[in-house]
Amino acid sequence: MIQLEHVTKTYPKASRPSLDEVSVGIEKGEFVFFIGPSGSGKSTIIKLLLHEVTPNRGKVHVNGRDVTAMRSWKIPAFRRQIGCVFQDFRLLPNRTAYENVAFALEVIGKTKAVARRVVPEVLELVGLGGKEHRYPHELSGGEQQRVAVARAFVNRPLILLADEPTGNLDPDTSIEIMRLLDRINRTGTTVVMVTHDSNIVNQMRRRVIEIESGRIVRDQARGVYG
Amino acid sequence: MRLKYVMSEVMVGLWRNVTMTVAMIITMAVSLFMLGASGLIYTQVKDMKAYYYDKIEVAIFLKPEITDDQRASLEGELKSDPLVREVIYESKDEAFKKFQTMFADVPAVVDAVKPGQLPESFRVGLVNPEQYQAVRETYVGKDGVDQIIDQRNLLEKIFNILGAGQTGALVAASVMALAALLLVGNTIQVAAYSKRREVAVMKLVGASNWFIQAPFVLEAVVAGLLGSVLGFGMLAILKVVLLDGSLQDLTDLLTPLSWAKVLIMLPLMALAGTVVSSVTAWVTLRFYLRV
Repeated sequence: MIQLEHVTKTYPKASRPSLDEVSVGIEKGEFVFFIGPSGSGKSTIIKLLLHEVTPNRGKVHVNGRDVTAMRSWKIPAFRRQIGCVFQDFRLLPNRTAYENVAFALEVIGKTKAVARRVVPEVLELVGLGGKEHRYPHELSGGEQQRVAVARAFVNRPLILLADEPTGNLDPDTSIEIMRLLDRINRTGTTVVMVTHDSNIVNQMRRRVIEIESGRIVRDQARGVYG
Repeated sequence: MRLKYVMSEVMVGLWRNVTMTVAMIITMAVSLFMLGASGLIYTQVKDMKAYYYDKIEVAIFLKPEITDDQRASLEGELKSDPLVREVIYESKDEAFKKFQTMFADVPAVVDAVKPGQLPESFRVGLVNPEQYQAVRETYVGKDGVDQIIDQRNLLEKIFNILGAGQTGALVAASVMALAALLLVGNTIQVAAYSKRREVAVMKLVGASNWFIQAPFVLEAVVAGLLGSVLGFGMLAILKVVLLDGSLQDLTDLLTPLSWAKVLIMLPLMALAGTVVSSVTAWVTLRFYLRV
């Protein structure tokens, strides 16, 4: 599903590469943690998979397609197959939970009728039934992240990328979000999560890939934070 | 849904930054007004050339001591000249009569000139008025020929003035266009900034580039259209107040400027306005909304 081959990425003006000759493969339906200290290059992986940055060397394959060679006009269609969740939620503050999710559908050309059918369903799935018409500031951090997960999942993407999704949440709320991601994973969606939350990694017992200074130092099938 | 979404985004965008929008529309209007004015001067000069060049003639004045033979041979030559369309002979008496009617309201001038004092002449219409020099060279040294005067010289002066006006208007139009361009760019930047969250989400969920950019480009297009309509309004006022009003006398001398010709400037100005603003907006977005 995801294949990185000898990927090297050096940001302009950086003294050393964020990713250095990284090769890794992720199968369909897997749940993978990328862990490592700040600045280790783990977030760069998310950016590469979204085609927000391009590698200096190496190849990135997502769902059988070479992302590095993709023409820019094909990127939007490509991104529709990928859901994305971030530490800072990235919700639109002037739209309700329902509207935030519906917005993601409408801007890719789905009709309002489709949104009316699909959005309540997915909000129910993430446990926000009854809070559809709250604005982000009327929701707790965990609830906001649920809205973000609902938005990422509403298109039934093949891959869900999560960049420190629990970074702004307390431990209990974090575990609830992890349960949600786990449920999404069980529907067959590949989940790639970048984190440095050791509790969560230790509890989930999923594949752990540890990155340090841009290199993979550990890749364990049912790993702990270590 | 999509059209409604895009249109409401456009209206919100224009309202969000009203002072900027107004500044953008006004500069655009003035620029397009100048462009329209120079376009009108251009067609006007073209029409006047067509109109007057048919009527103007080259006057070949004859020396007082010219003999009948010389006059007859000169007339023969003129009549067989391929460059010459028509030849009219004007005798001293005719010249005097013409002079009298021309200066009828200034009796002192008429009194000062006696019949026979004014020279006789051939009034020559040319096939192509531009070939004056060739005609002049043929006849300038001939026996009995005194002076050759091209009426076109007089008209050329008017055309030069109009031409200078046209150049001035074009220069002003391009300077204003540059200002309008910068304003469009700035407005789009502000719009893109104030919608950065929406744009980020749109990119994230895979909205197509045109869908992200369309509201911004359309915002500029609507401003360009409003600017061209306003500029056209200025042009119409110019016609009513100046040409049909206080400059009426001058207008009679020039060929009349019909409303049809003024109206034709509207689509031209609208086209220029929309093309310039949409291209500017699009180029700005290439820098501010990198995918």
